[in-house]
Amino acid sequence: MKVVVLRFPGINRENDSARALAQASGRDPEFVWHGEYDLPGGTDIVVVPGGFSYGDYLRCGAIAARANIMDAVRRHAERGGFVFGICNGFQILCESGLLPGVLMRNRDLKFICKMQNLRVERNDTQFARRYRNNQVIEVCVAHGEGNYLTDADTLAELEGEGRVAFRYCDANGAVSDATNPNGSLHNIAGIYSARFNVLGMMPHPENLIDPLVGGTDGRGLFESLIQQSSAAA
Amino acid sequence: MMMARIHVTLKNGVLDPQGKAIEGALKSLSIDGIDSVRQGKVFDLEVSHADQGKAKEILKQACERLLANTVIENYSIEFVS
Repeated sequence: MKVVVLRFPGINRENDSARALAQASGRDPEFVWHGEYDLPGGTDIVVVPGGFSYGDYLRCGAIAARANIMDAVRRHAERGGFVFGICNGFQILCESGLLPGVLMRNRDLKFICKMQNLRVERNDTQFARRYRNNQVIEVCVAHGEGNYLTDADTLAELEGEGRVAFRYCDANGAVSDATNPNGSLHNIAGIYSARFNVLGMMPHPENLIDPLVGGTDGRGLFESLIQQSSAAA
Repeated sequence: MMMARIHVTLKNGVLDPQGKAIEGALKSLSIDGIDSVRQGKVFDLEVSHADQGKAKEILKQACERLLANTVIENYSIEFVS
């Protein structure tokens, strides 16, 4: 089982992601620089971390999405390899065409940094196996552009195929406009690709892995991924 | 060498929170008569191709592949000199 974490200029959550992955697997992931043309041989999981790649110039994630390494990530995904994008990583995956839609400026124009409940929409995926169906988890959000938008047809497709991974909700799992921090369509916090091997999400599970700093609800994602990938190997 | 100007604007129906905020700021300045604001981007590019058809083809690629996110944005290309 081999895990890599991508590094782009301006990314700042790569070490948090690496810590969460190491905690789940007992092994440090490998960092891969954006200028590389290939992923290390035998890569199972690619994590695209959060931050502010290229200072959010042009559009969030737009420039990182055109980096050399992203062609290799696309090939990896086409082969069925796992890709997990968090926050800016989600924006990069959308900009690179690995996931549909776009993350717009939050509807109230504010950068939001707070704890947030999410509802796990399904637990029969490689990313959410360690959660219960419809479990409410508490993680944090920290973004200025997390307002998920796509056209009506794509939205219907995402909903119809059960590709919404997480929704912003309250502590009881109720989803409403009041529990929507940023204006995302249908309270979408994260989505899967058509084959469920790519996940992008705005909230930060990698920061909720230690009771000392607020909770451990984020661990499930990394444990699910590692467990699944080991079973497949 | 040719100079080209590319405008990238949000498609109709896409919510533009920045435009809305600017709209509000104009109102607070008591500048009346502006009904709505949409914010876009302008890129000025120097193109080395002398042939306008070829240049346009390259600029179109630049728009499609990077400068605009065609999920939410439209673009237009004009030659300014």
